[in-house]
Order: sequence, then C-alpha cells, then structure tokens
Amino acid sequence: MTEQDANTPEEPLVCRKCDKTLEKAKVTASYLGNEFQIELWKCPGCGMVYVPESLATGKMLRVEQALEDK
Amino acid sequence: MDGERVRQWEAQCIQEQLPACSAACPVHVDARKMAQSIAKGDFATALKTFQHSITLPRIVSHICDHPCQQACRRKEAGDPLNISALERAAVAFGGKVAPLRKFGTRPQSVAIVGGGISGVVAALDLAVKGYTVELFESAPTLLPRLRNTDELLPGSAIDADLSSLAQLRVVARCGVSVTQGDHENSLGTLVQRFSAVYLAVGGSGDLTGSLEMLTIDAVTYATNVAKLFAGGSMRYGSARYSPMTSFQDGRHAALSIDRFLQGASLTAGRETQGPQESRLYTDITPFEPESRVAAADFSAGYTREEAQKEADRCFPCSCMECVRVCEYLKEYRAYPKRYVREIYNNLCIVMGVRNANRMINSCSLCGLCQQVCPEKMSMAEVCLDARQTMVQTKKMPVSAHEFALRDMAFSTGEAFAAAKHQPGFRESSRLFFPGCQLSASSPEHVQSCYQFLCENYEGGVGLVLNCCGAPALWSGRKNLFEENCASLKQIWLQMGQPNVIVACSSCYRTLKDNLPEIPIQSLWPHLNSPAAVKPNHQLTGRAYAIHDPCSTRGVREVEDSVRELLQRMEVEGKELNPRGETTCCGYGGLARFVNPELTDRTVKRRAQQSEADYITYCAMCRDSFARQGKRAVHLLDLVFDGQGEDPAARPDPGFSRRQENRARLKSRLLEQLWGEKREVSVPALILQISAPVRQVMEQRMILESDVRKTIEAAESGGQTLRLPNGHFLATHCPANVTYWVEYAPGTQGAFEIFNAYSHRMQVR
Repeated sequence: MTEQDANTPEEPLVCRKCDKTLEKAKVTASYLGNEFQIELWKCPGCGMVYVPESLATGKMLRVEQALEDK
Repeated sequence: MDGERVRQWEAQCIQEQLPACSAACPVHVDARKMAQSIAKGDFATALKTFQHSITLPRIVSHICDHPCQQACRRKEAGDPLNISALERAAVAFGGKVAPLRKFGTRPQSVAIVGGGISGVVAALDLAVKGYTVELFESAPTLLPRLRNTDELLPGSAIDADLSSLAQLRVVARCGVSVTQGDHENSLGTLVQRFSAVYLAVGGSGDLTGSLEMLTIDAVTYATNVAKLFAGGSMRYGSARYSPMTSFQDGRHAALSIDRFLQGASLTAGRETQGPQESRLYTDITPFEPESRVAAADFSAGYTREEAQKEADRCFPCSCMECVRVCEYLKEYRAYPKRYVREIYNNLCIVMGVRNANRMINSCSLCGLCQQVCPEKMSMAEVCLDARQTMVQTKKMPVSAHEFALRDMAFSTGEAFAAAKHQPGFRESSRLFFPGCQLSASSPEHVQSCYQFLCENYEGGVGLVLNCCGAPALWSGRKNLFEENCASLKQIWLQMGQPNVIVACSSCYRTLKDNLPEIPIQSLWPHLNSPAAVKPNHQLTGRAYAIHDPCSTRGVREVEDSVRELLQRMEVEGKELNPRGETTCCGYGGLARFVNPELTDRTVKRRAQQSEADYITYCAMCRDSFARQGKRAVHLLDLVFDGQGEDPAARPDPGFSRRQENRARLKSRLLEQLWGEKREVSVPALILQISAPVRQVMEQRMILESDVRKTIEAAESGGQTLRLPNGHFLATHCPANVTYWVEYAPGTQGAFEIFNAYSHRMQVR
C-alpha cells in the first residue's frame, strides 16, 4: 500500500463542504488491526480522504483479501 | 475439524489407490506410469519407472510371469495390455540401465543361502541398504534354474544384471553347500556368525529334508528360529514356481531383515504388501474394444513403434468420477483426497496465509460428488465442516458471506417476515412457506399459490414469510442457523403444528434435515390437480429440458411430482442427465458470493447442455440461467399466468429488486388479505440508475438502499467531493463497508447515479 496510486485526478478535486482543493497527504489505511501509511488526496479542512475507484477495486481489494486470509 | 474424520475422508477417496495392474504385481511395478511414458515415446522414463521396483530389469523383463495382465482392466474392452512386452521394450529402448547404488554402510552382515531369484534380490536389497552380504549357492553359478533357456532369456542378460552383485561388493560363494550339522558352512554356524540369515533354497537344496520343522511367517518371512528368515519357492512350493513371487519374497524378507537389525517392528505398515485387489474405480464404458498389437518378430519383441502403439491402449485407469462432473473440483486441479489434506492443513495454520480459504468457500455444497462417487465421499461435508471450524476459530474471511447474511437478515426481519392464519381462521391445518427467493423473484406466484391453497384446503392455510436459514447453514454460522431453526420452530408451534408446504427446494432440504419434527411437504404434489392447472397454451404443449434443483436431488416425492405436473400440462420434459445427477446453478453454498467466475462457468456448462428452454422449480436456478442469457422458466410460470408472454426471457431481478419484491409482497398480502395497512417507508430519494450502472452495482454487491443512504448522508452535509465533470462523489460508511457514489441531481428531484464502488479498509 505504499505505492502512489496511478489514478490521481488530472484536475483538482474540491471538498463540497469546505470548498477547499484536496491536497496530497500521508494517511493511514487500516483493516483487521493492520495499518498502512499511504499517500492520498485529503481535504485540508475536514480531513475527508479520497479513495479512487481503481484503488478500491484493485490493490485495496487485494490487500483486504490477503489480510482476511492471514 | 476432527483429525480422525479427516483420515476417514482421505481413505474414502480412491483416486490414489493402485491401478489393477500394479495392485496385482507382487512388487507393485507402476505399469500404468510405464505405459504412459512409452505411449509418449519416452522409453528412458519407462525404464526408470521399471527399475524403481525391479533390481534385475533385464532378467525380469524376459521372464516375468505378469499377473498384472490378468488384472488389466483393458481386458473389459478388448485384450489386456501386453505389459510384459512393454517391460522388455522399456529395457531394450530405454538406454543405459542405471547401476544400483549403496546408501551408506551398516555394521551388520547377512548371509543369504540360495542363489535363485529370491536370494539374489534379497542380497541386492540388503547390499543397497549398506549391509555386508555373503551369498551361498550349491550350484556352480547363480540363478541355476534360469540358465540354458537362451531362447527365453539370453545368458548375456543374466550376466549383465548379476554384475550388480559385484558392484555392491556382495560375496557370492557358488558351489558351496550349506547343510545341517556342525561345520564351517552349516546353517547353525551361519546363524551364529551372521547378524541374520535368509534361507531361499528352493525345492532342491541340500537342506530340504531337514527343514520340515521350520515355520515361515507369510508377511514377515521370519521363522521359528531366531535370526533366521526364509522365503522363495521353498515357502510357496516349487511346483508353483513363479519368478515374481520369488522376487517378492526376496524383497520383503530383505525389508524384514533390515527392520530386525534396526530393532524396528517387523509387522507395522505391511497391509499393502504383495498382490491385492485394486479399489480404484475406472469407468470403462467410454473405451472401444481394441486388440493387442502383435509384434512383427515375436522372438525379438516389440519395435519402438509397436510398443508405443500397444502402450497407447492403456486408458489409463483413474477414477475422477466427481471431478468430471464438477467445475469446482476441476478448478483446483486435483481430487478430493488431496483437497481434504489441503483443507485440513489450511485450518491448522497458526501463523501465515490460509491459501485454501477461497477454495473452501467456493464449493456449492450440492453433493453431486457424493452422488457419483463409488465410495460415496462428499466434498460438501468436508467444506461445510471446514467453514464451521473457520467461523468457530474466527478465521472466516469477513467479506465472504456478509452480503448474503445481510440478505438473510432482511428476510427474517420486519421487512419480510410474517406469520398469519388464513383470513377468517383462528388456526391452520396447513402452512404455506414460500421461502425468500421465490418471493424475491416471482412475488405474484407466491400470491397465486397461496390463493390456490386457501381455496382448495379446508381448516385454514396459514402463511409464513421467512427464511429457512440456508445462508447461515452454508456459511458455517452454526449458532445463527440454530437460532433461526429455533425461531422457525417457535412459529410452527404457535401456528398449531400444521403440515408445512414449501415452494423452494433449499427450504425443503434445510427444514427436513434440521427440523425433523416438522412435517414438510413439497408444493408440487399439491398443485397437481385440474383445479390448479390452467395451462397457458402459449407456454405449454411444447418441450423443455428439466433442470432439477440440487437441494432436492434424488428426492422422488419432489422430482416425480414435478414430472407428473408437467405431464398434466402436456409439457414434454426432456431429461438433462440421469435422474439424481443434476448440477447446482451456483447459488448453493453461497459460492457465487465468493467465486463468481467459477459459478458463472458452472451455470454456463449446465446451460450449454441443451438448446431447449429450461424448466426448473427453484427461483435461484431460474435466475442464474437468466443471468447467463439462457432461456429458462419457473414451473409456476406455466401453472399460473402473471409473468407476461415470455417468462423465459425475464431477467434476473438483481439483489436490490429482490429485497424490494419481498417487502412489497408482504405489504400487498397484509393489505389485500388481512386488511392491515402497513407503513411502508416510501424512499424519499428517487434514483435513476442506467442498466450498465445497475450491472456494476450488482457485480460489486452494492444495493440501491446503500446508494440511497450514501446520497442521503451527502445531501445532509456528509462527506462529498465536487468532481471536475460537475458530478458529486459521496462517501458513507454505515458499518463495515465504505460506499462511494458518483451522482448528480437529475430531473424532477431524482438523483442520477453514474458509478458506485466500495471498500472495507478504513482510511483516515
């Protein structure tokens, strides 16, 4: 989960609530008691983290399944 | 999972049993493997296989009395395989015969009395194991019985094989008679001088007369004299001389002597020693009779080409009955015996990756394997047991069955569950239990059936909307399943213990097996009356192929009554398989939720079996076929109108619609039959979802209700992004799963959905 996801948006994403542009940030992804540091887009206001579709249905899914089999 | 039960399952699967040829061979030469190599033209490997069991390959390939050939199953389709000639071809064309090698050295020495096949084999085996061996033969040469038979066995072959003795430093003392008495070469002296003695003097040795008091154990070859072992034709009778039996005696006596000198048990693990019947089942019916390939030059034996052709007649023997009929068992490229071990090992892992989890959860638990297995071994039993263990030990992957269990909770919850006496009655003589999936797929049929039963039976027909608990059972949730059984039993008691009529095969199986006190009946015999059947002539009067649901496979009460009902409707029902061998549609065992690629293949394979439209009587089977584009009707489509003109083309409603159909059915019935106005929470948000997006949601197991909640959360200030294309991307995590929905306000206050996805990992 340390790789930069390929699906970073070409145009900036804006948080609807805070009206702020998302910025790259180190965030923590956790599942079944395991934690990973990962760089994703995050709202500097409310802290909302954007998980792109390709990450959710690709690498993240594979890691989830691998952790479930541990 | 109980270790003892695991061993029983392993023993039940016969795929690894020796084929008939090897089982009949006194030393279990792997003739099947040899033939397979020769058929491919690989004589070198064939020779290696032969040498694995045979230390005198040149001699044995000429004079073997081949009991394998009498056992060869090819004889049931033509002539038995000429294994003896194939052995000779393996030696002739297999290249250099690999020399025997010593494995280490041992301090003890062994005397072998008798230089026939038995003595020579024992000498070689013991020398290979590292013992010092002296071989005594009264004749001037070893193997005297085999000399002077040049046309059968050339002297050069004998000498070449015997050269192994010198290579292994076996001292051969030819022309030395071992007799009774008290002298240097007496038996008594040898027993004293050597750590062990093997006596194999045939029928003509100088000792023969004095051995009447000797008793020989048929398994260990030990005698009533300490340190003395005996075998060969002096044991089984010279008149019945068989080179391979002598070979076997030498081999097994050497094993005993080795164990004796190492202080190990002489008797342990020898059950499979020597010739035996094979338990391996092989279906011969696909094979056309074929005659033996004749050698152009009989005395020279087969040419390469002749041998290859003959070897190609080997089937080879193999069971694989279950694997042949099951995509799941095929998927993992082995057979139940291996799978059982793999599954057990998987459950025993303390630290590390449990690679077999998905495999355990991919079985549809349909039991076809048991149906076709000659030994009635059931992988369904193994996988269900494993799932229960995984749940118990908290090792069941959380994502595997969560969606299906949520659906079960929907059916057992307020949204669908209900129990009512027939309007105007205070008791029920019968109960109709349509089950959750028929209600989800064809709610109008449930209503028609209930109406028919009410009109035709006196004493009141009650209605119970609920789930039989199959998802809990299949997912290994023993506790949840037992709770559900207990709650169903409570309902049945409260309704006055009536007979229960079920419309779903899975309900039938689940309730019959687990609530035996409840009298369960299938719906179909009840419908087999002129009153029920008002055939829609556009649909009847033509042929369908019958797909029986797997849960009631072989239950005559169910399968027969369906056929009678079809007959009444003048429907020609073609059989897709021998009765009792129907396959699963992929819904069974919740396999679809874990391994959709596999279950799609299972349904496709079934769908391709006939061009005809299928008729089935399980809503899940029908909808599975519909998903694969296979035209299929539900039996009730023919009995009752209500699914339009072409019910075979009706699509699978999908997960969301299934829940909606159930909830609406309950509301409709309560209102129309019992006059109860139910507060149905009308969704405040109207969603516009295109067919492709709906399909994506279906694949990702995202319900409309999940999407709705996500948008509700977003519209009331929840986390949302503005995308460059003007759409919103909302996220919401109500429990274990985080949903993302891309949407935009549509027309008339509706919301148009463009995409939806989810993940389980928490990100912050």
